[in-house]
Amino acid sequence: MLKGKQVVALGERDGVSGPAIAACVEAAGGTVAFSATECFV
Amino acid sequence: MNAPVVVAATQVLAHVPGMVRHGSKPSRELPKDGDVERKFLASLRTFEAAVAYPPHQAYLSTLHPRALPERPWVGTAGGSASRFGGGGEVMPEEELLGLLAAVDEAGLVTLTPGLAERAAAALRTHPLGKHLALDRIERAVGDVGGAREARGSLALHVGAGPVEGAVRPADEVDQALTASVLLENLSSKATATLALLHLIHDHDLDPQSIDYVIGCGEEAIGDRYQRGGGNLAKAVAHSAGLSEASGMDIKNFCAAPIPALMVAASLVHSGVFKRVAVVAGGSLAKLGMKFQGHLRNDLPVLEDVLGGVAALVQADDGVSPILRLDSVGRHRVSAGGSAPQIMEALALEPLQRLGLTTTDVDDFATELHNPEITEPQGSGNVPERNYRTLAALASKRGDITREEIPEFVQTRGMPGFAPTQGHLASGLCYLPHALARLTSGEARRVMMIAKGSLFLGRMSQLSDGMSLLLERNQGRAQ
Repeated sequence: MLKGKQVVALGERDGVSGPAIAACVEAAGGTVAFSATECFV
Repeated sequence: MNAPVVVAATQVLAHVPGMVRHGSKPSRELPKDGDVERKFLASLRTFEAAVAYPPHQAYLSTLHPRALPERPWVGTAGGSASRFGGGGEVMPEEELLGLLAAVDEAGLVTLTPGLAERAAAALRTHPLGKHLALDRIERAVGDVGGAREARGSLALHVGAGPVEGAVRPADEVDQALTASVLLENLSSKATATLALLHLIHDHDLDPQSIDYVIGCGEEAIGDRYQRGGGNLAKAVAHSAGLSEASGMDIKNFCAAPIPALMVAASLVHSGVFKRVAVVAGGSLAKLGMKFQGHLRNDLPVLEDVLGGVAALVQADDGVSPILRLDSVGRHRVSAGGSAPQIMEALALEPLQRLGLTTTDVDDFATELHNPEITEPQGSGNVPERNYRTLAALASKRGDITREEIPEFVQTRGMPGFAPTQGHLASGLCYLPHALARLTSGEARRVMMIAKGSLFLGRMSQLSDGMSLLLERNQGRAQ
């Protein structure tokens, strides 16, 4: 599904972090264009 | 060696609806849309509503967070709620603006004669007024219109009222000394000073007996050559009349209070200092951070208070709760960043090391953000998430059964009640409650857990955190 796709990975502090999303995207064949984790509290 | 104890802790709030517009989010969003600004200004709370707000009373420690009424808390009538209580207070905005001028040593604040007069009159009759440099309020009187014309100045209002003051930048080009940065720093200094004054004078402590003050607020004061230079703590010590103290700041995003307590306890334990105060002021940048969610849900702007806290650590007095330095839990570089991994490192590993289980801890205090503030903007219920994670790990460890998870969350956790200023919510806000529970109450152990979003500084993808156990003092029994 993500093969050949560019992905922006926005993680959340209390949920799934940016690097964790990025690792999943890359494992699924996607390319991570940008990854960050934010804090919304 | 001297077992370190926490003798006293106090918390204050300053209700500053007029300053919310200078919070990071409102300062960026309000200028974009006049309709939003009008709705924002119409949605500011009154002082009476802020005092009556049950989470604020829990923050002052006049009621335990587990005794909070069912939500919604917003709209709670005044009843018996008082401005002063629990060893702290909710300070109204006019007085806070006067306090800003009283702790302003650089002539940054200009006030109208009317506001200065009202603020000085109110602070003269304040229980702590005689400990403040009130003469500076009179010296702050000036041409506010002229001050507002200075490039980069900020206007000060009381609520949605007209301009009644101004803050000027300290340098034309230094980004670390803009008016908005200086107002953040002054606000933190003022609220930390207020908390420290309450700590000293409400507990009849000798201000000259305090050797060292550790700051753990969120502001990193400095100038262009050293933006996070620090030591707001010593400035606060000076403002509060602690002439024998020096100080330093500990920075670790929202987690800083627990490392600050650890360092304070270590300094006492090692005999370097006899008495160390830990202080923090409020975070102006975080005011109104979630105002859009509040307006969407027809709520008042709930992030309208600056918090302050002060605690005193000294050698064992045989009564006060002990800070167990052998209980420090830290989040190692290799620990992993998922919520269960962080909780495992901070809560379970230290207990395992001490031969304790999660049910040996009566109260867990962690990230006690008020959910009524966070949920309308989609940030969820932060403490509840933490407690569910902790309870699941306790169940996995065999401390409780799966069926006991809800009870664990309810009886060892608590509803969030802290303003959304992370350092206050990170366990620190529970300190006065913990002291009461571990002395006159029934608790044996309280664990304070803090987490910090280290990754926000873009120097790492890591987060951080630290935990500490507070334990009932068995001195008298022995």
